[in-house]
Amino acid sequence: MKNTIKIFLGILAIGFVSCEAEFDNRVDEDGFYTSGTANLSNYVAVGNSLTAGYADGALYITGQNNSYPNIMAQQFAKAGGGEFTQPLMADNTGGLLLSGTQVAANRLVLAVDDQGNPGPVTLEGTPTTEITTSATGPFNNMGVPGAKSFHLVAPGYGNVAGVSSGASNPYYARFATSDNATVIADAASLSPTFFSLWIGNNDILGYATSGGAGVDQTGNLDPSTYGSSDITDPNVFASAYSAQVDALTATSTGGVLINIPDVTSIPYFTTVPVQAIPLDAATAGVVNAQFGLYNTQVLPGLVGAGVISSDEAAARQINFVAGVNYPTIMDDDLTDLSVILQGPPFNLDPITAGLLGQLRQANDNDLVVLPASSVLGTTPDPSNPLGVVGVSIPLEDRYVLTAVEQGRVSTAAASYNATIQALASAHDLVFLDARAALARVASTGVPYDAGMLTSTYVTGGAFSLDGVHPTPRGYAYTANLIIEAINGKYDATIPKVNIGNYGTVTATNN
Amino acid sequence: MKKVLLLAVFALATAVMYAGGYRVSLQGQKSLAMGHTGVAVINSSELVFFNPAGLVYLENKLNISAGVSGVFSNVSYQNEATGAATMTDSPTGTPLYLYASYQANDWLAFGLGVYTPFGSEVAYEDDWAGSHLVNNIELAAIFVQPTVSFKVSDHLSFGGGPIYVIGSVNFNRNLNRTLTDLDGNRAEVTIDASGITKWGWTAGVMFRPTEDLTIGANYRSEIILSAEDGDADFENVPNSPLTPFADTTFDASLPLPAEITVGLSYKFCKKWLFAFDYNRSFWDVYESLDIDWADENIPDSQNLRNYKNASTYRFGLQYEATKMFTLRAGYYFDESPVQAGYFAPETPRNDSNGYTAGLTFNVGDRFQVDASFLYLRFKEVDASYDYYFENGVAAPFGGQYKSNAFVPGLGVTYKM
Repeated sequence: MKNTIKIFLGILAIGFVSCEAEFDNRVDEDGFYTSGTANLSNYVAVGNSLTAGYADGALYITGQNNSYPNIMAQQFAKAGGGEFTQPLMADNTGGLLLSGTQVAANRLVLAVDDQGNPGPVTLEGTPTTEITTSATGPFNNMGVPGAKSFHLVAPGYGNVAGVSSGASNPYYARFATSDNATVIADAASLSPTFFSLWIGNNDILGYATSGGAGVDQTGNLDPSTYGSSDITDPNVFASAYSAQVDALTATSTGGVLINIPDVTSIPYFTTVPVQAIPLDAATAGVVNAQFGLYNTQVLPGLVGAGVISSDEAAARQINFVAGVNYPTIMDDDLTDLSVILQGPPFNLDPITAGLLGQLRQANDNDLVVLPASSVLGTTPDPSNPLGVVGVSIPLEDRYVLTAVEQGRVSTAAASYNATIQALASAHDLVFLDARAALARVASTGVPYDAGMLTSTYVTGGAFSLDGVHPTPRGYAYTANLIIEAINGKYDATIPKVNIGNYGTVTATNN
Repeated sequence: MKKVLLLAVFALATAVMYAGGYRVSLQGQKSLAMGHTGVAVINSSELVFFNPAGLVYLENKLNISAGVSGVFSNVSYQNEATGAATMTDSPTGTPLYLYASYQANDWLAFGLGVYTPFGSEVAYEDDWAGSHLVNNIELAAIFVQPTVSFKVSDHLSFGGGPIYVIGSVNFNRNLNRTLTDLDGNRAEVTIDASGITKWGWTAGVMFRPTEDLTIGANYRSEIILSAEDGDADFENVPNSPLTPFADTTFDASLPLPAEITVGLSYKFCKKWLFAFDYNRSFWDVYESLDIDWADENIPDSQNLRNYKNASTYRFGLQYEATKMFTLRAGYYFDESPVQAGYFAPETPRNDSNGYTAGLTFNVGDRFQVDASFLYLRFKEVDASYDYYFENGVAAPFGGQYKSNAFVPGLGVTYKM
């Protein structure tokens, strides 16, 4: 009997010890993954909407949970990383209230219309995130949607009082530590041991998405005079960026500087084809007849008078054909002829002169922005079926980013990126070439376990419904790139994520 | 001798064992303690399951055995590439059995058995990395088997009977890897069906060339459990024609494969008995788990399984230590029916070794208490399921798995 008891006790003891099915090498045990020479215990991410996890034209909780810094922080946690806090919004509706009045739109969702066609629509509902109800900052994620480089060092950028006038930022106003705080000082106050900085996108993006409606401020060193759609002077950028790197490296043992992608490869600029106006032969003939004198008399006359060059005259020729045509557009980089055309020998009425003042037909070097899809080819005045946008009504300047305007954007971006790369090198930080990475997505696509991540609008998987900001999958791809770069630089073994596990656009009918 | 045996039991307890597919081999404490051998062991009314032919050789007129096991199973999963790691928190399974046999006359015996040879209870953390394949599953089948056993001679007998099965299944998984509602809750489906019934049969033969040597064979038929109009409950599905998942009913069928067992037992040194069983399970019937939704808008769910036939080799030893105690031990090697690339986490089975031990305590002449212990452990395995498709493109799900189970069991036997 005694032996029997011994046997049973022995069996039970062994049973309990072996209760869990333990791996020889557990991935969730300390030391399986290592952060190498980087100290990830206090990671702080600084940047704009991309860092915040903005998507579908709004900031909302699930988007924030899938921000690249949060995805990275979850993986950092497997290699000794610490807690990562974010200024989470109050809901998944998106949108913001300022003292009860909505000041930012709800998120976009993919809805199917009566004809069965899917397309982006704004989610219905009232947002519950109130700007005046402060979240207690600072947070590890200091991404502020809308912020340009110089905003991060601007005192008062988070002052609620300035939100309605546009002097300050509604997102930062939620969690700025004081009315006079700066984003970068709030971030530095967390004494980060590791940081990432991705800023400068908005310094060119506002200009680009507005179809170049803003001003290239290169040469103007006073950012307080800039409009929201202007291009930031590269020296202003360099000075602000350098100050941010200094502030963040004061306590950090390492960090990542991320450069500015080519904004013209995002779906916002690549989805609407520039050649988009279908006309039959008869209609094309009628339209061309109207521009006959203009093409053959007016333009050569202006060249003869020395008002425009012969190259510009050639670019301004209007010629429709049977088939799919390039739309007529307003191009503010053309010589403004509206006054001259009212004088002799042309003597055109002010309306016609205004119409022709900066008119040309688009060409393959122009980019038509996503919102143009809802106006191009429409007849805004139902009583005038001949008033077609892109034919008799030129597409407004804000809908087209011309080659000249693209040149300004890429010149500024190249300058910013040179600064970023030089500072990364000077401070011995990781330089992440997001520009090359996005170019890869846009050109060949990036393979993942069940397909290809591309920049195609809605179906490509990389970009959310606003055509500018990534999807969770796009952010996960970004996080993987950064993790890979960190592993290389700091001899770390932080695991990457499977981007196939991250979603893309959200389908919902209102 | 006792010391040696004690060591042996300890050694057995540290070893491993398991059962292929969703077959749960726990059909009697006496047999289980001997590595779940029994096709040629004339011991108790557990023969109703193991080989009905043997019932007619039992010494007593009436034999009743009943018992229950507690299945404490664990599955660990991890993926070194992503750092994903999880452990199951499965409910404790409690397979039961009840057997009775009655000797009508010298050459004829009747029997009845109620037992649960198939089942699965696996519960992963909700929304774990493989949640698009399974969150949790509960599969149960109760077999009711009336039996008759004929003695042709003292050397040869036959037995068999029909089997009535009552099955149920409850299965939950996420609809895919990414679909959520607006608030980020993963879209999921639960299918539930119970009261699924079906008939099958079993037949066996027993040959006793000498007093000490017994040879047996038993066949159990295939039983395809077909659920009709089961309930399918879809949750967290966004309101969109692009995601047409609405609550509906479903049809699906799950095969319980045929199994043939041959084996022998040999008595030696008066108090010892050695037993060997060889099982062959015809798992190749399990090609695919297809769920046909009644709602035509929902694409049917096809899940390739492509199991192969699998063998189990069982060894058992019995020692009548004293009048009061009979000690048993056993070992088996269980070949998994799961082929490479088809390792689905709802039945994470790779090849395994099993070790068992147990004893019977005689309380008087008529009453016995049977205890057994089984420790199952699967070798750490790198495996994947390669037949999950997204838009027609395979998205394999893999990683390292390690499983085990420990199964204490208790039963009683009454004879007169």
